[in-house]
Order: sequence, then C-alpha cells, then structure tokens
Amino acid sequence: MAEIPEHLLKRSAEAQARALGVPVEQVLAEIRGEAAPEPPARTPPSPAASEARPSAPSGIPEHLLRRTAEAKAEVVGSSVEQVLAEIREDLAPSPPPAAAESAPVADAPSPPVAAAAVASPQDSPSMAASSPAASSPDPSDNGAATAVTPRPVAPPEDIPEGVRPQRLLTVVKAKAIQQVKATPTDKVNTWPHLMIAEFTALMVVTAVLIVLSVILQAPLLELANFNQTPNPSKAPWYFLGLQELLSYYDPQVAGVIIPSITGLVGFMAIPYVDRNPSTKPSDRKFAIMLFTLFLTGSATLTLLGTLFRGPGFNFTYPWADGIWFDDLKDWVHFE
Amino acid sequence: MAIGNGFKLRERVSEAADSFRRSPLWESMFRPGSPFKRGYSDSPRNRSYVIMNNVLYHLHPVKVKRHAVRLSYTLCLGGLSFFLFILLTITGIFLMFYYRPTAPAAYIDVEALSTSVAFGSLVRNLHRWGAHLMVLTVFLHMSRVFYHGAYKPPREFNWVVGVVLLLLTLLLSFTGYLLPWDQLALWAVTVGTNMAGFTPLFGNQVKFALLGGIEVTGNTLLRFYVLHVLFLPFVIVIFMAVHFWRVRKDGGISGPL
Repeated sequence: MAEIPEHLLKRSAEAQARALGVPVEQVLAEIRGEAAPEPPARTPPSPAASEARPSAPSGIPEHLLRRTAEAKAEVVGSSVEQVLAEIREDLAPSPPPAAAESAPVADAPSPPVAAAAVASPQDSPSMAASSPAASSPDPSDNGAATAVTPRPVAPPEDIPEGVRPQRLLTVVKAKAIQQVKATPTDKVNTWPHLMIAEFTALMVVTAVLIVLSVILQAPLLELANFNQTPNPSKAPWYFLGLQELLSYYDPQVAGVIIPSITGLVGFMAIPYVDRNPSTKPSDRKFAIMLFTLFLTGSATLTLLGTLFRGPGFNFTYPWADGIWFDDLKDWVHFE
Repeated sequence: MAIGNGFKLRERVSEAADSFRRSPLWESMFRPGSPFKRGYSDSPRNRSYVIMNNVLYHLHPVKVKRHAVRLSYTLCLGGLSFFLFILLTITGIFLMFYYRPTAPAAYIDVEALSTSVAFGSLVRNLHRWGAHLMVLTVFLHMSRVFYHGAYKPPREFNWVVGVVLLLLTLLLSFTGYLLPWDQLALWAVTVGTNMAGFTPLFGNQVKFALLGGIEVTGNTLLRFYVLHVLFLPFVIVIFMAVHFWRVRKDGGISGPL
C-alpha cells in the first residue's frame, strides 16, 4: 500500500473530525491504527443493503446507470441492455479491491468509482455505514485520503449543519464515454515567443509613426468657408475610389449600390457563398482571382482619384500638372 | 562615511529596491508567475502563468502554433490594427483637452494646438497618420485573412464581425475628418455625405440624419464629434471584444496552408 503523506492524513482527519464532532487526535489515531502496514480489513457489504436495492448494489440509482449505459452504447455501438448488463457485472463486487481504491484517481485504468462518495440522507443508515466510500462525508477530501479511511461513520443525521454530504451523480468508467483524440500539434509558449514578435512589431510601428509625424505635418487649410468651393473637391482618400466611380456611373449605382450591396453585403456573404472547404491556393483559384481583381481594381480607382484627377475632377497627369491631393498639402508643395 | 561614494550609493539603491520587492505591497501587486515577482524563474509552468495571470496578456492562449509566431504568416496586421486603435485612443484623449466642437472655436483650437501646445503638433500628426495607417492595416488584415482562407468554417461569423469592424474604422476616420473644420474637412465631408444622399428611397433622410441639417453646419460638427469620440469607439470596442473572443473560440489563429 502506498505511503500516505503526513499532511494529507492530517487534513483528512481534520475534515472527519469536523464532520463527526470528535477530537482530531482521536480520528488521527484511528486512521493511523487502521492504516498500518496490512491492508485494512474491510467490512463486506451488509447483505441487507444489497437485498434492499437489488438493482443497484453499488448504491447507484437505476436511472443514472441507464443513462451511462445509453451513452456508452452509443459510443461502442452495441445495445443498451447489453452494456447495462456489463456495467452491472462490473459493479457487482461491491467493495472495490483495496489496492485499486487506494491508488490515486489519476491512475487511469482503475475505475474512478471511489471518487464520488455516497452519504445522501435518503440512503438507509446501514447502507451508509457499510459502504466504505461513505466514510468521508467532507467533499474536500481527495481520493488518496478517502481510500485509507474505511471507518464506519455515524448515521447521517449526525452530520452537523454546513457539511454537505456528497451525492453520486454518475459513474463513468475510464475510457467508457470520453473519446480522447490527442493530435500532437507543434506549439510554443506564447510567452516569450509570440509576445516578443508582437512587441517588436509594435515598437517598429510606433517608431515609424513618430518619425513620420515629425517629418510630415498634418494638413490644416484655411478656415471652412461655405462660399468657396475648392476645385477639385475630393473625399478622404479611402473614398476616392468611389468618387472615381461616380464620374463613370449614375450616383445611385456608384455611390450607394456598389459600395453597400457589393461592398458590404457581398463581403459579409463571402464565407456563406464560398463553401469550398479547402484553404490551399491551388484549390481556390477562382476565389483568389476574384479577390485579386477587387484589390487591384479598388487600388487603381483610388490611385486614379488621388493622383490623376485635377480641377473639375478631370484627368490630369501628376508629372505635368501636379498632384491635387490636399491630405499631403502641408508636407509637400506640389506646384 | 561613504556618502558620495558612487559604489556604496548604488549598493544602497539596490538594497532599497530589493526590500521594496520583498514588501507585501509589491508581493500583492502581481499574480503568481509574474516576471516582476521576486524569485521568478523561467519554467514552462511560469511561462504559462505569465499569460494566464495577466489581464492584458490573457487575450492570448498559453500556447500558440509554432507557425503563428512566424512574422511572415500574419504580418501582425490584426494585432497592429488593435494597437493603432489604442494609440489613437490615447492621442485622441490628449487632443480632446484642447478642442471645442463648435464652428467658431474648432479651427482656432486646432491651430493653437499646432502652435502653442507642448507636443500638440506631434500628437495631432500621430493621430492623423495613425488613423490613415489603421484604415490601411485593417484593410490589409482583411486581405490576408482572405488569401489564407481563414474565413472558412468555423470562422464564418468572425469574418462578418471583421467586415463590420472595417466599416466602423472607415466611419471613425470619416467622422474625424471633419473635426479640424478647415476647407479640406468641410468639402471632403460634403462630398462624402452627398454620396450617402444618393441612397435610393430615403437618401435625403440619411443625409439629413448624418448632417443634422440639409448641409454641413455647426450641428454636423457636434454630431460628428460625438460619433467620433464616444459612440463609434463604444461600438467598435464591443465588436472588437467579440472578434478577439471568437478568434480564441474558433480555434486560435488559422493554420498554415
């Protein structure tokens, strides 16, 4: 049997003493006495208890067993009745072997039945007394401490107020329901690997922006004047592609329908229209072509509107007539 | 006496710093695993704690796919957009101290900001160029996501949220454009809102609601100001929160091609 560390024994004893209302030393001594080298002699399940509830000798309610069996049957693919019978068989030897129970819960193959203790007040006193798992009514007890205290507890009505008896919800056999598919992925710690990359990017952008802001003066033209329309009047640069479109098409088409229908709605709909699951470029040539077309198109229109439009929004050549783009006016004097 | 002896002084300073780091105040300031805590050691456990136990860093998962830290994959565009938003918030708050959103005062305030406020010109330039850059990074981020096919299931909805964020970014930039109240601002916004006026059926109503009148006036300035400093940032922060949360929930940043 595994050696129980002193502090765990103590904690377990304290919890028990609190629950039972007896001095800690007494409980500790009892535990020590019983946790002696030999595996403790366990009380066999009282025949009365198993007779009283023949359907669930382990004290597990019938409907829970059934639910477990159904879930397992779905995973395994066999019939519910068959699985139910199997589970009953597994649970039949009521007191689990001492070795299996004393092993920590982390020991995967052993059934984690011991983890959930039964001490619900509805159970008959004899049942609670005989079940070894019921010996620690304190929920904070861990598996290892529970295992070495197969000491009959007092009837549930002795449990003082504030101590919640545990209720068994279900019994899950290891690997019965959960399907653990561990696919190894190549991962690194965010700290420091990603954080350093992000921090560097952030510093570089800050530095570039500060240098830019020292060199380039943001524009501030004359005070707004409603009576003096500048020629040309241009929108902010990110709308200049649209303004360019406006000079070709009807305003309702270029100013509203194209940006709101194709621009906004169309873009939001992309994932619902493109149902091709592949992310490989070779599988999505059409999608990539369309998007590249959009990118080059909007870039061309924006550049045209920015650089090649002069007074009256007529075509000009920037190298011949200068650039009509006031956003950069205070930085470079074009003319 | 050793006063004035540089070596002793340095020793004392480090001693004082050390005792401060042992103090309950310092100890209580940082959660377990913080590199600022005394006795921090580089271990896998602590590397996890650094992320988990920090209110800002825990936007990130504890571990990321190795390819995600390759700068050439995402170019950090999403992160930079967020960073620029924070930079714009900070510089914007600075600018708000010196700016009154009324037709007679706005232009004078911006002019005074550039000439008679310490660092005023620099901060205004940072705000303006940062805003242009943010429009660019958000757009490029969208392009990057498209080319990687990173909008495919289960990330469809996050793409939609992203398009909303792009729209909000454009609106933030556009509303800010009017605030200097110079010729550039006035006529750019006139052109822009004229475009909105071409909306079929209720174009005039849209234009009226945007301008707070039938043409750009002081009402428009106040309207755009409130939209720019309060309403749109409020909305965009909510959408950003959803966006980042969905990035995590939909499986972290996308995988390599």
